[in-house]
Amino acid sequence: MEDKRLLKPQKRREFVRNAGRIALLLPIGYYGGALLKATTAEAWVWQIDPYECGQCGRCETHCVLTPSAVKCYHQYQMCGYCDLCGGYLRQGIRNINTGAESQLCPTGAIKRTFIEDPYFEYTIIEELCIGCAKCVKGCADFGNGSLYLQINHDICVNCNECSIARACPPQAIKRVPLSEPYLLKEGYGE
Amino acid sequence: MRRLLLILLVLIMLPAVWCDTLNGQQRFPMPEFESGYEYPEHVPPPSPRGLAMEYIDVVLLVAAMSLAAWFALRRRSRNGIIWLGVFSVIWFGFVREGCVCSIGSLQNVSLALFGTGYTIPLVVLLFFVLPLLFTLAFGRVFCSAVCPLGALQELTSVWPVKVPQRVESALSVIPYLYLALALLFAATGSTFIICRYDPYVGFFRLSAPFSMLIFGFLLLAAGLFIYRPYCRFLCPYGVILNWLSRFSGKHLTITPAECIDCRLCGDACPTNAILPSNSEEKLQERRKGRRLFTLSLALIPILMVAGYFIVGSSYYHLASVNNDVSLAREIRAWQEHQVPATSREAEAFMSSGRTYEDLFTSEARLTGKFRRGSGYVGLFLGLSLGIALLSTSLRERRTEYLPHRGRCVSCARCFEYCPVKAENRKV
Repeated sequence: MEDKRLLKPQKRREFVRNAGRIALLLPIGYYGGALLKATTAEAWVWQIDPYECGQCGRCETHCVLTPSAVKCYHQYQMCGYCDLCGGYLRQGIRNINTGAESQLCPTGAIKRTFIEDPYFEYTIIEELCIGCAKCVKGCADFGNGSLYLQINHDICVNCNECSIARACPPQAIKRVPLSEPYLLKEGYGE
Repeated sequence: MRRLLLILLVLIMLPAVWCDTLNGQQRFPMPEFESGYEYPEHVPPPSPRGLAMEYIDVVLLVAAMSLAAWFALRRRSRNGIIWLGVFSVIWFGFVREGCVCSIGSLQNVSLALFGTGYTIPLVVLLFFVLPLLFTLAFGRVFCSAVCPLGALQELTSVWPVKVPQRVESALSVIPYLYLALALLFAATGSTFIICRYDPYVGFFRLSAPFSMLIFGFLLLAAGLFIYRPYCRFLCPYGVILNWLSRFSGKHLTITPAECIDCRLCGDACPTNAILPSNSEEKLQERRKGRRLFTLSLALIPILMVAGYFIVGSSYYHLASVNNDVSLAREIRAWQEHQVPATSREAEAFMSSGRTYEDLFTSEARLTGKFRRGSGYVGLFLGLSLGIALLSTSLRERRTEYLPHRGRCVSCARCFEYCPVKAENRKV
């Protein structure tokens, strides 16, 4: 008698558990299956569309990494190789020179090299670049727009939600396929 | 004649000028070098983690969960769970640097199901679904040693103290709220709050915003004494796993054989997940219990309706989390009340060429989504609260010490408290 009474709720519990398991499997199977059809075998990474970038400077401050995974890149085949470079030199300087007080870049990450009269080459030293976009803005405002920002995927940790994308005013940061992780500018000469 | 030539010239030049404005602005001509200068290479580095690595991670996830299930259910080895936890913290944490984790993936699933313009990668879907299936089969073995966040907390819980049951019950409301809001914000394409407020990912990356680090350190410090504070009082994925685990086919047992009702394991569990035997206890009077049951059953629809109206009426404030909605509100305030729109977002919008109409349609669509969504959030919260109340009125008869399948995270701590040997198992 005692055994029977103890056995009964046990069996009922077992039944409820089995029924519940099936009831829970159904929605997982249904939605999982529906999503499975719409999946992509690719993985997404984040990238800046340089043509939509507004050079606001948030890439430097909003990345979860310090310094930011956003770096400046140079499309040489767009560059005018100007002596008076809007991306290299601060506005309103008296003389064009390579002094720290004349440079726009806060970390001195742009190297200016004389090529031939009157052309100068500007190279980004990536290890020093903090992605502040000051040079990009200078180049876009006064030059050809050959300097632009990209997320360096060697550094980027590929957050599920890029915290710069969330803060980007023109929403210029998008998910792109891992196989083509860069949105590069094309040169005029190509 | 000269005029005709000029017009012809302009007509020829026009496409060229137009092309230039599309590709950016070429203010200065390309230099013509005479010194034989060649343009340097211009290639940013590729991602060091290829697509294959992502699939290897999925294989490792399955392997780790199988191993965890084996350690918890068959081998009954706490050491095994700990070493597997060390592996998970190193691999899924420090090597993989956190993303995409199963907890965060529920937002991707929500965005893919209800949002627009997002195709979910297979890897992310697998990271979401596989732990669910494993939990349905073996209980929360994913939490025990595979989830890097759980494993990190498991390894850092040095002196776990018991949290009073009332405090525990009160605090375990938070994950439901967190889950519901995370789903709502993800479904509307607003933001992924679980990822933004992930306390431990900063450690895995050895870099994080200041606020994230403070939160992480506080939680880690609390975790020395309070067992798994994130899992128990915050984790939104844990809510789903909690409910699936209750219906799991198999689950770890405290005793390897027959429970002898010795009460030794009673205080072993830091999550209050051991339900004591109550065969000696005088059970509640049937009639009283039934009245309490009907009362809380009747309370469920009331709570749901209340939740629907309370949360549903706050949709306006919830919607302001969305970038498009807040921008549209700023622009409207400027148009209608001459409040200057000075934010960077507004500036970017003005210069983007996107029309006002487009922005306001998007705002209307999103606000509608938030209105409906926050109603569902309210219903869900009311229902969860109702079920929680209902379960307090349920008294089940237990003749042995059993783990609470929902709360138990399969940490295997209780095994060593049990004096019964496996050889005593009745066949």
